[in-house]
Amino acid sequence: MFNSLSDRLNSTFDKLRGKGRLTEDDINAAMREIRMALLEADVNYRVVKGFVAECKEKCMTAEVLDSLTPAQNVVRIVLDQLTKLLGTTESRLTLAQNRTPNVVMLVGLQGSGKTTAASKLAYLLKKQGHSPLLAACDVHRPAAADQLETLGGEIGVPVFRGDGKDAVAVAKGGIQDAVDRLCDIVIVDTAGRLQVDEEMMQEAVDIKNVVKPDQILMVVDAMTGQDIVNVVTEFANRVDFDGVIMSKLDGDARGGGALSVREVTGKPIKYVSMGEKPDSLEVFHPDRMAKRILGMGDVYGIIEQAQQAADQQNIESAERMLREGFTMDDMLEQMQQVRKMGGLKKMIGMLPGGDRMLAQAGGNMDDSQITRIESMIYSMTKEERLKPKKINGQRRKRIARGSGRSVQEVNQLLKQWGEMNKMMGKMRQMANEGASSKKARRQMKNMMRGFGGANGLDLNQISNSFGKGMKF
Amino acid sequence: MGMFDRLKEGLSRSRQALNEVFYMGGEVDEDFWEDLEDRLVMGDMGAEVAMQVTDDLREQAARDGLTTAPKLREALVARLSREFATAERDPFDDTPSCVLFVGINGAGKTTTCGKLAGKAKDAGKVCILGAADTFRAAAIEQLEVWGERSDTQVITRERGVDPASVCYEVIQQAEKDSADLVLIDTAGRLHTSPELMRELAKVVKVTRKRANMPVSVVLVIDATTGQNGLNQAKEFNDALELDGIIVTKLDGTAKGGIAVAISHDLNLPIYRIGVGEGLDDLQTFDATSFSRALVGEE
Repeated sequence: MFNSLSDRLNSTFDKLRGKGRLTEDDINAAMREIRMALLEADVNYRVVKGFVAECKEKCMTAEVLDSLTPAQNVVRIVLDQLTKLLGTTESRLTLAQNRTPNVVMLVGLQGSGKTTAASKLAYLLKKQGHSPLLAACDVHRPAAADQLETLGGEIGVPVFRGDGKDAVAVAKGGIQDAVDRLCDIVIVDTAGRLQVDEEMMQEAVDIKNVVKPDQILMVVDAMTGQDIVNVVTEFANRVDFDGVIMSKLDGDARGGGALSVREVTGKPIKYVSMGEKPDSLEVFHPDRMAKRILGMGDVYGIIEQAQQAADQQNIESAERMLREGFTMDDMLEQMQQVRKMGGLKKMIGMLPGGDRMLAQAGGNMDDSQITRIESMIYSMTKEERLKPKKINGQRRKRIARGSGRSVQEVNQLLKQWGEMNKMMGKMRQMANEGASSKKARRQMKNMMRGFGGANGLDLNQISNSFGKGMKF
Repeated sequence: MGMFDRLKEGLSRSRQALNEVFYMGGEVDEDFWEDLEDRLVMGDMGAEVAMQVTDDLREQAARDGLTTAPKLREALVARLSREFATAERDPFDDTPSCVLFVGINGAGKTTTCGKLAGKAKDAGKVCILGAADTFRAAAIEQLEVWGERSDTQVITRERGVDPASVCYEVIQQAEKDSADLVLIDTAGRLHTSPELMRELAKVVKVTRKRANMPVSVVLVIDATTGQNGLNQAKEFNDALELDGIIVTKLDGTAKGGIAVAISHDLNLPIYRIGVGEGLDDLQTFDATSFSRALVGEE
């Protein structure tokens, strides 16, 4: 099994841990590991060289060498350097204020995910209250316009597809169409092209000159290797893009290319694309990415996602839970909430040390545990779901048979429910005591919001599914 | 233009890079070895493989007294070409044959399918295309366009149906028409998605069971892929027992070094390499030519 970057760095620092004072040799050993890890993460060779040299210099101070916790200091330095390299500020889409429609143009190699990214970007902008239009300017790949049209239809965004073989004319037509339809942003999807294909690069420049985009975004596959430097350099020279969308980050590629792009072109990564669904385009956070690379987890990401998932309905159901207790239906809903947030694997991957846990679990951690629990709950009667206490041995046997699980698993589920219910009871008590003051009630409500948004239980669930009793 | 020229042209950038090493005064010193290792790493061969190759070559140089750059280069070619696994049969030439194309999103499966259908047609073979990518928007239409171009029958069903059922129908049709070559395009998927990998395993199982001709599963991989390519190949191989790989998009500046690692680690032959947009640019792989072009042999 391939070691991920965070695995490698963790093992390096495990070796350093417990050493009182570091020598230059120790630092060199750590730097060698970092170099190998970064190379395996597809960070460009030259970038790695510079990065490691700079890190070493910073580590060779008395402050680090004499400190009681040298390993931690080295980690901090590497993290700081990594964050710096990835860009120190989070960078969003910048659009001219006094222009309608604004134009965003997407460029990139074949198969990097431009068309998919275009529809995701449209969906994101639509959610922010814009009225986007997609212009299908890929006149080269067969059925590319059909693909965009289908995707646009799925998210309810109009798609302009001109006829003929002239991408520049289609782009022009797209802008006019946006004016006619009163759309305020045009997203121009272009054909994939190799940076050494002179004719195609010229086409991109021609489109750029005609539509004069506010922003040109380059879509870069997170799995790209060393060659990423040649690709982005040439694209930066010719079309001068403003930022990057990293695609396919939902795989296990470490996306070391992000470091290279940033270092070589100075252009910021603006978005990361993490899946097949239209809502899987996320704003890029350099600090989170650096932490994630170092295996320190993306805690903020989880919180943000939980907040998004927790809507008004959840608050209401949380209040009902307080009044009437926690039922199996509530548990079912929470399981589904975890799914909504991208599944267990994604959530665990974002937690500190999550990458290591995933690796321990053999890397094939999936949502089957959730599916099992769902099937058990689905095998209960309505009454049983509302009052799980009445599930006796006979009923347990029936539920186990109905869901294809063992009685032990049903027992475990009931035990989990019992714990949850106990917790609910405590909260109810708190709520009753505090009911007299408005402030206490508001606090309670906030607490419930987080709860309804699928937190507490799910983390328990996650640690249970590992069977190693890991606690968060 | 001959095949070797085309390949050489496609790989010209990598050749330049390595040539720099070999022509720098011809002096073989510590810098030479370090530089060689660097270049190999930059070709996506992976840091470990690059170190191993360099060390081996260094040892051989000491043993056999190879002191000049040209001799070392010849040794490097031999060393690199040994890394590639050899194919027992070519599923595109040794017909009848059924080939399933698998890989991650955007690797070039549909395009490769289309090109191979064109080549089969030129060779006078009866070919059938199967559109088992029922997930991606307009994947079916894309394959249909390729079918039109090469005047090849394309078996399709509507988007969203079980891909295994498409394969079943394709094989059925192939039997009826006594087709020589059946090429089936599947939906791109990341190797980290267990559900999608299971779905694909089912597709392969159904096809293998139903077909009365040899079935090959071929991984299509983009030459620009970095070290993650090895993960991809391993996961796909574990789930599907791959028969070989096809490397696409070698016409850029990417060196496709990851193919060396995949072929070596998983003992998978490389059936074809894509070095350009045209039909003729999808070529039969030859380990020595590939290594030569990579190293810069004239």
